[in-house]
Amino acid sequence: MTTNKTATVYVRLKDGVLDPQGVTIQKALSQMGYDDFLSVRTGKFFELEVSGSASDIDRKIDEVCSKLLTNPVIETFEVKK
Amino acid sequence: MKVGVVTFPGSNCDYDAYAAIRHVLGEQVDFLWHKSEDLAGSDLIILPGGFSYGDYLRSGAIARFSPIMKKVVEFADSGGLVMGICNGFQVLTESGLLPGALIRNRSLRFSCKYVNLRVENNATSFTNTCSKGEVLRIPIAHGDGNYYNFDGDIETLEKTGRVVFRYVDANGEPTDISNPNGSINNIAGIVNKEGNVLGMMPHPERAVESILGSGDGLKVFESVRAALPALNLVGEK
Repeated sequence: MTTNKTATVYVRLKDGVLDPQGVTIQKALSQMGYDDFLSVRTGKFFELEVSGSASDIDRKIDEVCSKLLTNPVIETFEVKK
Repeated sequence: MKVGVVTFPGSNCDYDAYAAIRHVLGEQVDFLWHKSEDLAGSDLIILPGGFSYGDYLRSGAIARFSPIMKKVVEFADSGGLVMGICNGFQVLTESGLLPGALIRNRSLRFSCKYVNLRVENNATSFTNTCSKGEVLRIPIAHGDGNYYNFDGDIETLEKTGRVVFRYVDANGEPTDISNPNGSINNIAGIVNKEGNVLGMMPHPERAVESILGSGDGLKVFESVRAALPALNLVGEK
């Protein structure tokens, strides 16, 4: 049975990969007086709408996450359905 | 020598590469459209600088799935010479032809200036006309040139002579201040294990005549020309 499904993919930089944007934001917060924000890490998310059979959709979402949406050298992803 | 320069939507250094090969080096060169699947009998494929697909998603991430890239990967796997400059380097890491990734410059700024590059390995098809330790003046122009890789992979690259170019100061020392983007170990260019695929962030095609500020970049193309006869003989065996 074909259904439409939505999913959100959260992409994060792996631990240890420098995040210059995060570092810059943290420094800005500190300059604004928010000294208690010790670290900021940035990331991104994708909202997907996919049609197909339920099991196919899950497999395909994982597939596109590894192939295109993330670079496995520097990023990890988490899918929320 | 016959060179193929790939044009992706958003490439902007393809004409510079073309002019360097044709008008300065005096060799044959063709543009290869990203939708084509024909490498036109090229001896060297250049993936030029620019902003393929607007740098959407990640630099080089979408270009890597262009029809022509299937052929470029096959060509590289069979020992053909491939050179990725700037955005071309990013396409090569995204496609898995070279290890690691190029992330945002640590300054967060686009950096466009001449840098000093030390030739770490002159026994490659791309550096055989240079001497080891020679310092070349070649410009950079990028926002995502910060070379990143796992510690173990960096160690392998270093131990096996696959770091070809390193950012250095005027004295030839790889200092932090001479590192324009935060690359690990000041890495500016690497080759694959087999030595037939080079990726570099600086633009040798922009430094091919003294009127441009430096002619040092020409050595990279002259090296390929010098390397080809021996490589072709191996291929004909």
